[in-house]
Amino acid sequence: MDLYEHQGKELFARHGVNVSAGKVAYTPEEAEQAAKELGGQVVVKAQVLMGGRGKAGGIKLANDPAEAKAKAEDIIGLDIKGHVVRRLWIEDASDIDREYYFSINFDRTAKMPLLMLSTEGGMDIEEVAEKTPEKLATMHVDPVWGLRAFEARQLAFQANIDADVRNKVVAMMLQLYDAFVKEDAMLVEVNPLLITPDGEVKALDSKFSVDDNALFRHPYIAEMRDVQAQDPQEQMAHEKGVTYVKLDGEVGILGNGAGLVMSTLDVIQQAGGRPANFLDVGGGATAEEIVASLEIILSDDKVRSIFFNIFGGITRCTEVAQGIITALEQLDVQVPIVVRLDGTASEEGLKMLADANLSNVTVADTMLGAAAEAVALASGTTATV
Amino acid sequence: MGVLVGKDTRLVVSGITGREGSFHALNNRKYGTNVVAGVTPGKGGQDVEGIPVFNTIADSVKEAGANTSMLFVPPRFAVDAIYEAADSGVEVIICITEGIPAHDMLLAYHYVKEKGVRLVGPNCPGVCTVGEANVGIMPAHIFTPGSVGLVSRSGTLTYQLGKELSDMGIGQSTILGIGGDPIIGTNHRDALALFEADPATDMIVMVGEIGGNEEELAAEFIKDHVTKPVIGYIAGLTAPEGKAMGHAGAIISGNSGTAQSKVDALTEAGVKVGENPTAVARLVAEARGVAVPA
Repeated sequence: MDLYEHQGKELFARHGVNVSAGKVAYTPEEAEQAAKELGGQVVVKAQVLMGGRGKAGGIKLANDPAEAKAKAEDIIGLDIKGHVVRRLWIEDASDIDREYYFSINFDRTAKMPLLMLSTEGGMDIEEVAEKTPEKLATMHVDPVWGLRAFEARQLAFQANIDADVRNKVVAMMLQLYDAFVKEDAMLVEVNPLLITPDGEVKALDSKFSVDDNALFRHPYIAEMRDVQAQDPQEQMAHEKGVTYVKLDGEVGILGNGAGLVMSTLDVIQQAGGRPANFLDVGGGATAEEIVASLEIILSDDKVRSIFFNIFGGITRCTEVAQGIITALEQLDVQVPIVVRLDGTASEEGLKMLADANLSNVTVADTMLGAAAEAVALASGTTATV
Repeated sequence: MGVLVGKDTRLVVSGITGREGSFHALNNRKYGTNVVAGVTPGKGGQDVEGIPVFNTIADSVKEAGANTSMLFVPPRFAVDAIYEAADSGVEVIICITEGIPAHDMLLAYHYVKEKGVRLVGPNCPGVCTVGEANVGIMPAHIFTPGSVGLVSRSGTLTYQLGKELSDMGIGQSTILGIGGDPIIGTNHRDALALFEADPATDMIVMVGEIGGNEEELAAEFIKDHVTKPVIGYIAGLTAPEGKAMGHAGAIISGNSGTAQSKVDALTEAGVKVGENPTAVARLVAEARGVAVPA
């Protein structure tokens, strides 16, 4: 789960990391009020889960509350790479002397947290890594011991952090590591890590991503999820406990297991069609989950056919068949469905479907055969519209 | 023969008194796996259809001679079960549980490694040495005995590949589901090394998917350490960038982790890569000189 800048900063502050005072605003009036309460110059910052906000005009300086209101009017509704701005963060403006970069990545290959520190902050770190790799200091941390002060200090020396702020930067790295571990983060990034003219060290931005599997022990973070920003179908899927990703084709996909569903998207494309979605019902799906999933897929009106690709393991094909039969009773399904069932209880499942004698359900023997059928049906339906 | 599980496996199942745990333990036994014990703290002394239940994994090692542990424990308790298993004296731990926090696994991984115990998973479908032992949740009846080793992150996709091979009359030695989580005990390279050393395996099918760089590292490993022919498959050729597709591993960012970069790395290592499961089975058939059905 990715957090907005202001949410990440809130977590930073809990671990002692220095951040600017600020307030959330959803309207120009709220932005004006926030600026009034903060006093002085403020920065109006678009809150979207996407980089490049500055270049897109999503971050603006305001000298007084009236100006904050005007800038907020400009920014709200702005489309930043497909993300529409609905929420702002109004914070005290900072004087900038130097901009550093710091991040902690969950390095799954090395199986250790990876720290990166650089004096070249405020820009795209991948560019720094490519053009001036000597300016990017990196270090793996033994997760069992955690980050120790001497290691953070070594990293600071390695990155040529200026002597006047070295101890403060080291302290902030330790605080951020603490946040990384205690909040179950998969990524913590501060860019820029700001040095003010009077030597104050501040996290001026925040990228914070939390492990979904650990949210049960962070109810406070779980509540930060911005359900309104989610696609309505993705939101519905989240509530039903299935994984749905909307794509822009016309063949709806329902499968079990992430790998098989990805493979299903591939065979649809290879058969000349375009998948409308990724939907993984997961392991051990029940008939109710199948009905809910079908409902989610059908709420996308671009869908012209649906491909059920189920290989039963922990999932029993009889549950899937029952789900299809129930869904067709309960929902008004206009599009044709191609079903391919294999594995656990597939023969019984197929028999249930045959006995139910459903007019818009076609059964296919193989994954490739089913894909070709689903693509043909999708284009056929399109042609008659 | 085959890898990790087989005729010598003496399995202890943690979580055996749970619904899923008992179902799959009995299913595994029905396949021929020697299930010697179950573990549920506080239920020691009971039995599940004749399988004795112990309070701790260590007890099952001592009293029932267990050497392999399968974990069917809810995610909040699973990491503790991994520590317990690593400490108990079993040689192989197969963790089926999905949803273990990544930071917990990070610590457990290093603990298990230090103990010199083999961990498969978490979030994996298990391991099946065809005709000998099935440990996990795989519908093993779709597999046929033979000499092709199969390794994959994904459960159902593994079944698909196994079935495609079986349909073409090509048998398998061991089906190894390594799991889709960010931190797993056994990765593609480990699996390749196991199959390379296994006399019962003469060809390897490696199934990867988008995200991370494991498949690229595996390609490097194949160049240097694998003499047996490898056929590859990468799921997610058409997946959009920056979207998580179910598995924590399956997310593309920028150019790294794309299906194409993996296909290229494998091809460069001399691995033939099929564009879908059926195409993979055909490549295997061709490489073995088996007639490919039209």
